[in-house]
Amino acid sequence: MMQAFRQETGGLIDRARPVAFSFDGRRLQGYQGDTLASALLANGVRLVGRSFKYHRPRGILSAGPEEPNALVELREGAAREPNTRATVAELFDGLSARSQNRFPSLRHDVLSINGALAPIFAAGFYYKTFMWPAAFWERVYEPLIRRAAGLGRASGLPDPDRYGKQTAFADVLVIGAGPAGLSAALAAAGQGGRVVLAEQDSALGGRLLSDRRSIDGRPALAWLAEAEARLRAAGVRILTRTTITGVFDGGTYAGVERVADHLAAPGTLPRQRLWRVVARRAVLATGAIERPIVFGGNDLPGVMLAGAVRSYVNRFAVRPGARAAVFANNDDGAGTIADLVQAGMEVVALVDPRPQTPPALRAVAASHGVPVFEQSTVRQAVGGTALSSIVLGGKADGVRLSCDLLAMSGGWNPAVHLASHHGGRPVWHDALAAFVPGQMPPGMRAAGAAAGHVSTGGALRTGSEAGGGKESAVPSTGPESDAVTPFWQVVNPTGKAFVDFQNDVTSADVALAAREGFTNVEHLKRYTTLGMATDQGKTSNVTGLAMMAALTGRTIAQTGTTVFRPPYTPVAIGAMGGTHRGARYRPTRRTPAHDWAASQGAPFTEAGEWLRATHFPKVGETMQQSIDREVRTVRQAAGFCDVSTLGKIDVQGPHAGAFLDFVYANTISSLAPGRARYALMLREDGFAFDDGTVARLSDTHFVATTTTGNASRVLQHLDFCRQMLKPDLDVCVEPVTDQWAQFALAGPHARSVLEQLVGAGSDVGGRSLPFMAVAQAAVCGVPARIFRISFSGELAYEIAVGASHGAALARALQSAGAAPYGLEALNVLRLEKGHPVAAELNGQTTAADLGLGRMLSRKKDFIGRALSERAALQDADRPALVGLRPRAGGTLQAGAHLVPAGAPARIEHDHGHVTSAAYSATLGCWIGLGLLAGGQRRIGEVFRAVNPLQKMETEVDIVPPVFHDPAGAALHG
Amino acid sequence: MTRHFSIAALLAQAARGQKGWAPQWRTPAPKAEYDALIVGGGGHGLACAYYLARRYGLTNIAVIEKGLVGSGNVGRNTTIIRSNYLLPGNIPFYETSLKLWEGLEQDINYNAMISQRGVLNLFHSDGQRDAAVRRGNAMLLHGIDAQLLSREEVRARAPFLDFDTARFPIMGGLLQQRGGTVRHDAVAWGYARAADKLGVDILQHCELTGLRIENGAVIGAETSRGFIRARKIGLSVAGNSSRVAAMAGLRLPIESHVLTAFVSEGIKPLIDCVITFGAGHFYISQSDKGGLVFGASVDGYNSYAQRGNLPCMEETCEEAMALMPSIGRLRMLRSWGGVMDMTMDGSPIIDRTPVDGLYLNGGWCIGGFKATPAAGLCLAHLMAKDEPHPVATAYRLDRFATGQLLDETGGGTNMALH
Repeated sequence: MMQAFRQETGGLIDRARPVAFSFDGRRLQGYQGDTLASALLANGVRLVGRSFKYHRPRGILSAGPEEPNALVELREGAAREPNTRATVAELFDGLSARSQNRFPSLRHDVLSINGALAPIFAAGFYYKTFMWPAAFWERVYEPLIRRAAGLGRASGLPDPDRYGKQTAFADVLVIGAGPAGLSAALAAAGQGGRVVLAEQDSALGGRLLSDRRSIDGRPALAWLAEAEARLRAAGVRILTRTTITGVFDGGTYAGVERVADHLAAPGTLPRQRLWRVVARRAVLATGAIERPIVFGGNDLPGVMLAGAVRSYVNRFAVRPGARAAVFANNDDGAGTIADLVQAGMEVVALVDPRPQTPPALRAVAASHGVPVFEQSTVRQAVGGTALSSIVLGGKADGVRLSCDLLAMSGGWNPAVHLASHHGGRPVWHDALAAFVPGQMPPGMRAAGAAAGHVSTGGALRTGSEAGGGKESAVPSTGPESDAVTPFWQVVNPTGKAFVDFQNDVTSADVALAAREGFTNVEHLKRYTTLGMATDQGKTSNVTGLAMMAALTGRTIAQTGTTVFRPPYTPVAIGAMGGTHRGARYRPTRRTPAHDWAASQGAPFTEAGEWLRATHFPKVGETMQQSIDREVRTVRQAAGFCDVSTLGKIDVQGPHAGAFLDFVYANTISSLAPGRARYALMLREDGFAFDDGTVARLSDTHFVATTTTGNASRVLQHLDFCRQMLKPDLDVCVEPVTDQWAQFALAGPHARSVLEQLVGAGSDVGGRSLPFMAVAQAAVCGVPARIFRISFSGELAYEIAVGASHGAALARALQSAGAAPYGLEALNVLRLEKGHPVAAELNGQTTAADLGLGRMLSRKKDFIGRALSERAALQDADRPALVGLRPRAGGTLQAGAHLVPAGAPARIEHDHGHVTSAAYSATLGCWIGLGLLAGGQRRIGEVFRAVNPLQKMETEVDIVPPVFHDPAGAALHG
Repeated sequence: MTRHFSIAALLAQAARGQKGWAPQWRTPAPKAEYDALIVGGGGHGLACAYYLARRYGLTNIAVIEKGLVGSGNVGRNTTIIRSNYLLPGNIPFYETSLKLWEGLEQDINYNAMISQRGVLNLFHSDGQRDAAVRRGNAMLLHGIDAQLLSREEVRARAPFLDFDTARFPIMGGLLQQRGGTVRHDAVAWGYARAADKLGVDILQHCELTGLRIENGAVIGAETSRGFIRARKIGLSVAGNSSRVAAMAGLRLPIESHVLTAFVSEGIKPLIDCVITFGAGHFYISQSDKGGLVFGASVDGYNSYAQRGNLPCMEETCEEAMALMPSIGRLRMLRSWGGVMDMTMDGSPIIDRTPVDGLYLNGGWCIGGFKATPAAGLCLAHLMAKDEPHPVATAYRLDRFATGQLLDETGGGTNMALH
């Protein structure tokens, strides 16, 4: 079958470029310019999907993003996109699509049995049953429901495509390029500002592409071409295939451009691009969405929106049927009849439910020989998997007409969604019988059909006004009637009458919701799921609430409407996530000596955003052997470790000392130039925040270090303190972490190693560079800072050089006889000395908990002081830092809890937990740190470290937290 | 009129077009006086009313709600329930809540689709693993279920996660199988219906406009539907706690922040349990209807606007892509912003206030939904007995003065860390 329903001529398709595609494995052909929906119709495919709940046969209702029925799985393999609307999927060569939510086939779907169970499966039925027996929910009922629910299938495979993001700034953003939007953009461009015009379709024009209209006495398409040329000449940024999906604070609009969705493969293009448009003003020219009418069987394939029928006939040169009827409550019916006849289709009836059919409309019908059924309705659409006839109600009750296409129109709903993204509710306009934008986001104006002006002339005029133009510039149009009489539903329909097609919400469901008290629109929506499907209620919300208004004897205005939230149409999560996936989720930070460490065979691990070498194995060594050797080297000779990841913050200015006194708990300002000090910072709530060293390089220049994990948070905190709490202090805070490569050099031989690297003129001896002193000297011929500080407890230095010299310094240290050690050995060394790290500085501990209580100055104010004095933070029974030593050669795991020996492992005996544990090569056994209620008062007691989660347990002695060299003799060596 | 829900009633109604159902709760006019008044017809307030009537015998009570039943955060969340807490002040409370969830449907005769599909917290570093072990052991010591899953066990459960290219490789996870999800709206409706059945008046579109206080004690509520006398008033208005408490001259240790949550289009079953991403702050599950429900952190600034911002949406989707790169081709269908009562330690307040007879249930941060049954029960207990329920003794209003904080994450006053 080769496009048997394609008209011989006309349309905006490119007949020179045939396109092959497949649907459910059938190989079909369309043309460039088709959507999947138009191509399916051209091939006579009318059954496209199955509905969500009753698995009823569904076809194509609309020709736009509001489509509730024609959802397909598009593309293959990892590129599969479930729930793609066939009405907006542009056809490309090789496109493959499958129907979804059916088994085993679209034509024969087992779950269509649900239709027979519909009397039970009323709205909210699941709230009333499936409760007995209780255990059956997860085991029986829910798995069945989950399998039946959902629509298409996700691929489950990584998305193969790329996504981009771009920001644009505009004086005016025009949303929608129908007559109103074009007119607005032309007017705005005339003012000389930056104009962005965003259109969701692949071409500009909106309804002008689908309706045969004339503007300025010419075919509308001629005017359109000229308008587009003028916009391009004026430098307007035109974004087609771009849907504005959200309006955010500060005039920020989110748009998604489908850059490559119309191509077989994106190639070098991103698949989609997220636009962040920041605009001073915006014109909402999003048009309107046609309303279906609620009657029996209105969901049958072959029942379509009248405007969509005209789109398929005029734009795509398709005949969506052979014998058509029109059911409309407005004068658009005239155009629909004319277009159908023009396309060579037979029109068997105009069914008009209004009290009076205007003479002009009757005349048009008569001129085409179409019988008019006044004051009549379609009570039922009849057919199997497609429409075969309609049964009329009202004045013509009982008349049955054979037809395979019914074009219905209940009027138009302005697409006001974006206007309510800031919380403003749309307001009901009686004369227009529609909701129009209420309070809009700042800077937004509505024009054209979005504001209720559905005629072409009205759209051009209001568009121009919204764009800031003069009325004289508005082109003229022919006469159009936009008269509409509200008509929502056929009373007493025969068969199921659908309000929300996709979620299978019927008129009976709305009535049930009313009966059960869910009369407010918000309750109606949530109870019946009306409007909550992937079409977001674009064709159902207003109808549903109009029906609820009728059921409860209220006006539509009294009934109100729900608020729309972003996104306007569903947005690929990939487009919002951009390139932040896999390894690019967050930056990977490598130290300047990273490559050198890799060349030494070191494995790396994540430490915050950094990669750090864990250990430096020699040939044949296990990880543990390597760590043990590195620890022993530091204790017995000299080792060096890359500590460039520590946060480094430069603090300068006449008030730098005073500022640091304010942010640190201990006093910093008393530090002499050339000296460093261990420093502790509290949070405002009095708990320990971060620790490090502060060195004073001159009267007005300090450099502070932070822990690796807290570097950015501390910087943020200092910036906040400087700008908000101490704006009067003359001080500058600057992060310099990336500017320096820094190495710890530790061990009894550290000094002799260092002496080989500094020039003869520099004295790094104990007298001129004692413990906690700082020197600025040349190391390997480059300027360096040498800090005599120690984390390992050994004679140690930290040497900092410019980042570009980092690898060279590592090589020099190695040549001078020091051996590299990694993060693991560093951890063992600090554990042996009882220094707290992130596991202890966990945000829940006070300075006193960590044995650092004496650091809190009593002589000055500092952040956290007042709240650290609260009673509960001073409680002597708080868990505090202790050392843990397993008995009988046992091992220890962090995360185990401490219960007294002999007590059962229950919460009432829980006295604390193990924070860190490791094997100590120095001591030849496992050691650990823990937080134990009562802290060091418990030294000498025996506890069980219980770890039921990993099914492990060890008896531990509570010991002081410093395991090695408690007197600190080695430091001063 | 059929009021009891059962399969028999449903079948009987099927035969007559479901025409015999009555409103699920009445629409009464306010009385002049009640024994107790609950402000806020969300999940917590309705649960409180139900338990007050059911367990404490107070039936001459009313719930006043400025909008509709369930129009607050009970209908704007990611529907997760769990009791995988760390601190002794929290675990018994959340376990009480989980146990109430487990029997809720039979208790209130409403299917809220409580689904114990499991809550899996992923970890990505040694430090996170140690913290997970500590937490899991705390749960087990309380007699609560917890399992530590290896990387391969996680992969077997959720093969679609990024195991191969992740910036922060998944090392394993802490699983609470009894955790899961609930159909959130049904919780509000179910409690409303059950409370109404016990005689509680649910007064919708009745906004609190003032609190009348005499001699340091509350004597009634000024409302948009007139003055209502009551000597016990419970505030259960999370998201608005500060504004409502200000009517009694109270200044609460609470900031208001927006949290945005998202749902995707419906798809066939993909994600079996709730999964949380440890390398960011992201959680995802799949509803019975097929939508993927996910969320991340609060916005970085204080706000009462029930709408999120674009950077927050982008960041949430970045985390989604980092965790499961197959999600890119699925579409975000809806987003919604709820206003969170953020306290300075991330834990709630259920306590008396300095005004006699005025009780506060608030400060739920981003975790109030799972607490719904227990928060209702504990507020009911507090209002009935004027003393805290044994599992809620830590949720004191004065703990910010005494320092007896309940900081589960150690995030301190950084709202994004709770």
